[in-house]
Amino acid sequence: MYRAELAHPADLDGFRHAVRCALALKIAPVEIDWGLAGVEQGLALASPLPQCPDAPAPKVARRFVELAELVICHSDPLRFRLLHQALLRLQAMPRLLEDRSDRLVDRLEMLAKAVSRDRHKMRAFLRFREVQDAQGAHFIAWFEPDHHILRLNCGFFIRRYASQRWTILTPEASAHWDGSALTILPGAMKTDAPDSDPLEAIWKTYYASTFNPARLKVKAMQAEMPRKYWKNLPEAALIPELIGGAEARMTDMIAPATAEGAGTAETLDALKALAAGCQRCPLHAQATQMVFGEGPADARLMIVGEQPGDQEDLAGRPFVGPAGAMLDRALSEAGIDRARAYVTNSVKHFKFQTRGVRRIHESPNPAEIQACRWWLDQERALLKPGLVLMLGASAGRALLGRAVTVGKERGRPLGLPDGAPAFLTVHPSYLLRIENAATARAEYSRFVEDLRVARALSEGL
Amino acid sequence: MASLDLRSKLAILADAAKYDASCASSGTAKRNSASGKGLGSTEGMGICHAYAPDGRCISLLKILLTNSCIFDCAYCINRKSSNVRRARFTVDEVVKLTIGFYRRNYIEGLFLSSGIIRSSNYTMEQLVEVARRLREDEDFRGYIHLKTIPDADPALLAMAGRHADRLSINIEMPTDAGLARLAPEKTAASITGSMGTLKTGILDARDARKRFRSAPRFAPAGQSTQMIVGADAADDHAILARAEGLYGAFGMRRVYYSAYSPIPDSSAALPPGRPPLLREHRLYQADWMLRFYGFSLPEIAAASPGGHLPLDMDPKLAWALANRHLFPLDVNLAPREMLLRVPGLGPKVVGRILSARRWRRLRLDDVARLVSSLRKVKPFLVTPDWRPTTALDSVELSRSLASPPAQLRLF
Repeated sequence: MYRAELAHPADLDGFRHAVRCALALKIAPVEIDWGLAGVEQGLALASPLPQCPDAPAPKVARRFVELAELVICHSDPLRFRLLHQALLRLQAMPRLLEDRSDRLVDRLEMLAKAVSRDRHKMRAFLRFREVQDAQGAHFIAWFEPDHHILRLNCGFFIRRYASQRWTILTPEASAHWDGSALTILPGAMKTDAPDSDPLEAIWKTYYASTFNPARLKVKAMQAEMPRKYWKNLPEAALIPELIGGAEARMTDMIAPATAEGAGTAETLDALKALAAGCQRCPLHAQATQMVFGEGPADARLMIVGEQPGDQEDLAGRPFVGPAGAMLDRALSEAGIDRARAYVTNSVKHFKFQTRGVRRIHESPNPAEIQACRWWLDQERALLKPGLVLMLGASAGRALLGRAVTVGKERGRPLGLPDGAPAFLTVHPSYLLRIENAATARAEYSRFVEDLRVARALSEGL
Repeated sequence: MASLDLRSKLAILADAAKYDASCASSGTAKRNSASGKGLGSTEGMGICHAYAPDGRCISLLKILLTNSCIFDCAYCINRKSSNVRRARFTVDEVVKLTIGFYRRNYIEGLFLSSGIIRSSNYTMEQLVEVARRLREDEDFRGYIHLKTIPDADPALLAMAGRHADRLSINIEMPTDAGLARLAPEKTAASITGSMGTLKTGILDARDARKRFRSAPRFAPAGQSTQMIVGADAADDHAILARAEGLYGAFGMRRVYYSAYSPIPDSSAALPPGRPPLLREHRLYQADWMLRFYGFSLPEIAAASPGGHLPLDMDPKLAWALANRHLFPLDVNLAPREMLLRVPGLGPKVVGRILSARRWRRLRLDDVARLVSSLRKVKPFLVTPDWRPTTALDSVELSRSLASPPAQLRLF
């Protein structure tokens, strides 16, 4: 076993000299342990690879040199051995690289592609921050590449920014350009880079303003700008709020254009009549009818579900299907008289996908919930209930105006944004979906228990 | 308006510019500043420096000089009758912003457009002045894309071409009738007239540089244009026919398709909803088929009856399913032109196949290493160890699940 030493992880010159020697002495790829000079590693038995300055340069295609320049920067520790193997095979088959279906060629091309992508992403996502010192402006960047690409990329930054003083810091090594010469320095830490820049706030304004909320495509963004880069991109901090606000901004744009279903009314019956023609969101198109809330106008308890299901859509009344039966049973066990409560849904049209002749329930999205709040808020304003009982996450979102995690917020008094008392528990359809009988029983009891607490709250008020 | 600070102006004028789809910074002359003079470089391939949550890349600082406009185009958020907030940058502000962003590696350059103020020529002069300042005073060597204003003086277009990498003028609507209805102040003739002027300038400069290396460049990245999809009644075939005409007549580098996007306070002349974004995507796919895959428009049209490209599958798959008798192909024998027609094979992969099969008979395992998705191409190919049996019929079954008919009603 031989040990070959390189000056740095992407040392192509060092590799070239060593591999020429290995070819001249007919040392097989598996007999060489590649490592960095000055770093203890590998087998204690390994002897240094002999120096042979006169070893002839192997003849290889230009394409191999290009490939090797990239592959050598990869973080894969096997890269040197693979290049060595390819060199050996190229001696016998000079046009090997034309056969991409060859395993070794494919492997090398994949490594080169990964490095090339990393190099491109560094050019794209590196951000300089400006600091002023005695010599004037100094642009400093912190970047964390996947592969050993700092040296490979310096040429690009020199061609682009030769007239400014810059430093690129990475964990493995750093590069400093003083306006006329490049110096490679040891690695650094994120805290070594400046933590702010005078123009960053303006750049973030640009990023937020150039985004079009009408065409949200988060996956497309993440495919090109994976999350691992976000922590070093100042503008990426805005992404969650841009995505979160997009649907609301979109609804604002469309709502004035859809004239149908924008009315207000003085009584629940008049409101129901108005809502029957609602076209505030696209769901009206496929549903049979609007399913409005029902119950006495002086009800103290308002129960809000998600949306009508298959049977409710046909009957035109809320909670009359399997989930409704489950709810009725639990309500009576908890001592709540459904006839004295007002029962409604956050979204009033049935949303579904068809599978053959069956209509499969599909949860409403935030935009649809937002569109239907027009009716829900008016129902609540006319009813003025003592307690709003929200069943499931969609009801929670509709009334609280934010995403809720039912498991975390169920079972205790909550306040709506306007201060009205509210209470959250699971939707009865959740109980219908549990397959394990024991779990289903336990969850059902917990649901009834929640309803009892809700009853106590509504009666105490 | 004078009281707005730079950040508020940027918010307004970037917001107003985002309906232009183009963000390309590729394919221009190679420049750099390695000598220490000037700032910036262009190396052929453009760089996308960030991506917004709408999936679009941010390569250039894309802004308007002003969003005030004397025109009243119904589809445009900046039209005269729209009640958006107005703002205007000074030439100096745009230059400083571009240089500041560029030095921090935020952008590849500037894409500057503008609402029309006073007159076409006055507006064009302002745009040209920004480009001139960047090139001559700042020695900026990055990318500049200028929008040209309809009816601007050819002398101004010539100056624009000297400083900019790319010039563009939007055709806006796929049909002249649509343009006349929605953009009463613009005429198709003046738009195509400007396109003709640009084409002549680009060809003359290219010609001159062949003879004299020092001849001045003129928009080395060529010209491009944009069409709004779904704002008028034009179907996909009409849109593609228009695009094909523009590529042919004016040597367009790109025709961009921009799905009509609802804008605040939209005019009653417009549809209330937006076309599905997928429609835009299908048009780009068909555009690629026309330019890089050797398909003709009648072939694409024949595979998509009814005037529209199918939304539930890409147009290349639709063509292949409509022409099943041509498949499967023997991957070891089929000519390049036919391999390019296999859904899932692109020019790069076809090149690899042709090159690899000179050295061996490709088996299914070999093909798997050459293509990005074996699952997609398998039903259309034959190798010594693979022959699709009923697969061609099941492809349609498995992929025709999507596409709710409700979407189509939007236009």
